[in-house]
Amino acid sequence: MFQTKYLIVGSSHAGLSAMEAIRLCDQEGPVTMVSAEKAYPYSPTILPYVISGKVPKERISLRNQDYFDKIKVRFLNDSRVTGIHPADSSVTLESGKKITYEKLLIATGADPELAPIPGLKDCPHYKLRTIKDALEIRKAMNKLSSAIVLGGGLIGLHTAENMAKAGLQVTVVARRTLLRRYFDTQATGLIQKVFAENGVRVLTGSPITHVTSANGACAVSLENGLDLSAHILLVATGVRPRTSFLQGSSVKTDEGILVDERMRTEAENIWAAGDVAQAKSFFGPEQILNGILPDAVEQGRIAGMDMAGDPALKPYQGGIPMNTYTFFGNHSFSVGSSLPGDSEEGLEMDLIYSPAGLKYQKLVFREGRLIGAAGINTSFDPGIIRQMILRQVELGEMKATFAGSPLRSGRLLMTRLWR
Amino acid sequence: MGKSYHTIAFYPEKCNGCGDCVKTCSQAKSGTNDPIHSRIQVAKAPEGTAYGLALCRQCGEPQCVMNCPAGALKKDEESGVVKCDETMCVNCQLCTLACDFAGITHNSKTNQQMKCDMCGGDPLCVKSCSTGALKLLKGADLFNAWGDYEDLFVPGLSACLGCNSELLSRHTLRRMGPETVVATPPGCIAGVGAVGYNGITGTKTPSFIPLLTNTASMLAGARRYYNRIGRDVTMLAIAGDGGTADVGFQSLSGAAERGEQMVYICVDNEGYMNTGVQRSSTTPYGSWTSTTPVGSVLRGKTRDAKPLPIIMMMHNCEYVATASTAFMEDYYRKLEKAIAASKRGMAYVHVFSPCPTGWRFPAAQLIEVGRKAVESNMVPLWEYEHQTGRLSFTHPVDNPVPVREYLMLIGKYRHLDENQIDHIQKAVDAGVRMLGQFAEKRDEAV
Repeated sequence: MFQTKYLIVGSSHAGLSAMEAIRLCDQEGPVTMVSAEKAYPYSPTILPYVISGKVPKERISLRNQDYFDKIKVRFLNDSRVTGIHPADSSVTLESGKKITYEKLLIATGADPELAPIPGLKDCPHYKLRTIKDALEIRKAMNKLSSAIVLGGGLIGLHTAENMAKAGLQVTVVARRTLLRRYFDTQATGLIQKVFAENGVRVLTGSPITHVTSANGACAVSLENGLDLSAHILLVATGVRPRTSFLQGSSVKTDEGILVDERMRTEAENIWAAGDVAQAKSFFGPEQILNGILPDAVEQGRIAGMDMAGDPALKPYQGGIPMNTYTFFGNHSFSVGSSLPGDSEEGLEMDLIYSPAGLKYQKLVFREGRLIGAAGINTSFDPGIIRQMILRQVELGEMKATFAGSPLRSGRLLMTRLWR
Repeated sequence: MGKSYHTIAFYPEKCNGCGDCVKTCSQAKSGTNDPIHSRIQVAKAPEGTAYGLALCRQCGEPQCVMNCPAGALKKDEESGVVKCDETMCVNCQLCTLACDFAGITHNSKTNQQMKCDMCGGDPLCVKSCSTGALKLLKGADLFNAWGDYEDLFVPGLSACLGCNSELLSRHTLRRMGPETVVATPPGCIAGVGAVGYNGITGTKTPSFIPLLTNTASMLAGARRYYNRIGRDVTMLAIAGDGGTADVGFQSLSGAAERGEQMVYICVDNEGYMNTGVQRSSTTPYGSWTSTTPVGSVLRGKTRDAKPLPIIMMMHNCEYVATASTAFMEDYYRKLEKAIAASKRGMAYVHVFSPCPTGWRFPAAQLIEVGRKAVESNMVPLWEYEHQTGRLSFTHPVDNPVPVREYLMLIGKYRHLDENQIDHIQKAVDAGVRMLGQFAEKRDEAV
């Protein structure tokens, strides 16, 4: 058992961001970071590139021991937290060891979630969240020649692309449309077309009835009658916040750990950030899971600043969906609310759709302000777009000019307004 | 102290959209004139009247680095440049989402991310800019050079919000070092806690409050004692304008005439601020103070300020200079010279010191007030060196802004009528003219 001032559980983006925010304000207070994994901190986002071989497993670390020594942080690997005890401010590790803290950050991320498909549980399958998962898939790919990817999210599509490039016969099965958090059906139609042109079969909109395995292969049956089979089955049907160790504690959870604008949980001296946290949405009153890398960095930073009592802290503005996505040499991004329902009133949209040129650009405005933007192979500065939405920049008469040249207009606005 | 770095500043009002920076960068980074390869991009408003700049800020806490899942981006501790290791980049483009400033962008021709690398420290875009819209700011060098000197003042001073004196005192004492005896006569500097309370000093050097009348003579005596025992200890006075130009003047004049070895810094806030904003002999014409009130008859001070720095120059001090905390590099240079001169005789530095409380302006405007004072020639920055007999302007102002622009920033001048403003403008012009004649005459003599 030992004591620490700041205890950070989890070592990915939210945890690292919090750690550095703490050190900016408190250079001496003892900081301990515990990780369930054996490896030094890395990003789950890098894993599809480990599968493709683009990034060797030796080069995925975001921080090393020298770094931890330099900023005086105790890093404990292979130390899974199995329980937390707010009453006496301590956590227990799998090894039985106990750590007491003054301030605790839970940044444990999320685990892959198995969709409730009959037979799936009993059928051998792969998932992708840890380096171990990635290496297993890579090993399987070297021996086998076909794969089915369940799920049309970023992890599923990245992996499908890399498998196809490695020469596998790949089918993606998505219950609804691809990337539905980020793109409308016009945009996903273009993405789907590119996948098809590159030999990846994409099946959307038909639920799976059951999954079976036989002779080292898996068979997937769809509601529309199609039967598929392949050697590798990758399940990428979403993730669920990793909160099981909180059972019996006073930390309040819904889908994830509920946090306020300073990433504080209901329990005293406990914060949560990143994929495990359920924080407020930028667009509405509800609390949402916004499991994306940039938000993990942001939430981690806020939690760290609050833990260290940094007076410069500005409360969390709320999560917005955002991401960048590159596929087969094309690039795309989506920030904010670019998928409003047709029925929503008071919205104005500006659309460029050119299937032949594989170009797409959509801007969504409400009351003269940008609330969402998405693009495929268009020139944007996604970071400026993100700030325009968060800062609710009043475009007024500039709206048409902005829609005509978002890159140029965004940069002019940024130079004038950002402080 | 952490390290500080050079930075490229952009002044949009000076940009004319010529695009030389973009061309230069494309050439340097790709060997072509295709602007798509330029790390610096200028956005032009359709009407051509405004310019925006997309360029990496080399942030202190770079968000692109924090958002990179591949560990490809890192801030180089030596140069401060955020560098991208292209062999590690996976082209996920999350950095472009993380950056608020379009400082790292996707190049659609190379299908790679690109960003400014400061050309190894001597940015070519800055060199190519003929209008002065791009400038390489090197203030970091000062910070790096001075940041490691020990701060010899207590962490907490009881100065008013936005007081100039804390900035001045801390930086001065950092450079003077612990082998210094500090004298702070009654006034703001002593009042903010420089000598401390209850038997504990507010500085990590010996410090004392002389009488308002005898600062220079007490330091003269202390220095002679140290000379006798063979120790080189610097004598430093940080005194207000009242304690220098009025009440303490006879002892200062005597010490200057005798060539006593000290650095005498006058913190000129143009009045007795510590005791309730009364006029002093350095209060400028027209100023409101509590003893030069504004009413139906009186309209502020009726006499011009005593030109104390010139008077000190006429004492043949080893070194005389005017300074302002709005021009720190200039002040640092002068402090170095003053310390050297104090080994031979008297060094007198007159620091213009705006006072938010007594002058009635928002604390956040402190540096702006200091800057405008210099830019309007209200406070010309110059120095006089006895060894060479030269008076020289250290920040010559070619096109001074009207003194009205300076006066308008400050509450104590709010009542001025046109005649009074005209009077001040004429006095300022005459003052600069006189200094100019000194500068020329001294030049002829050399």
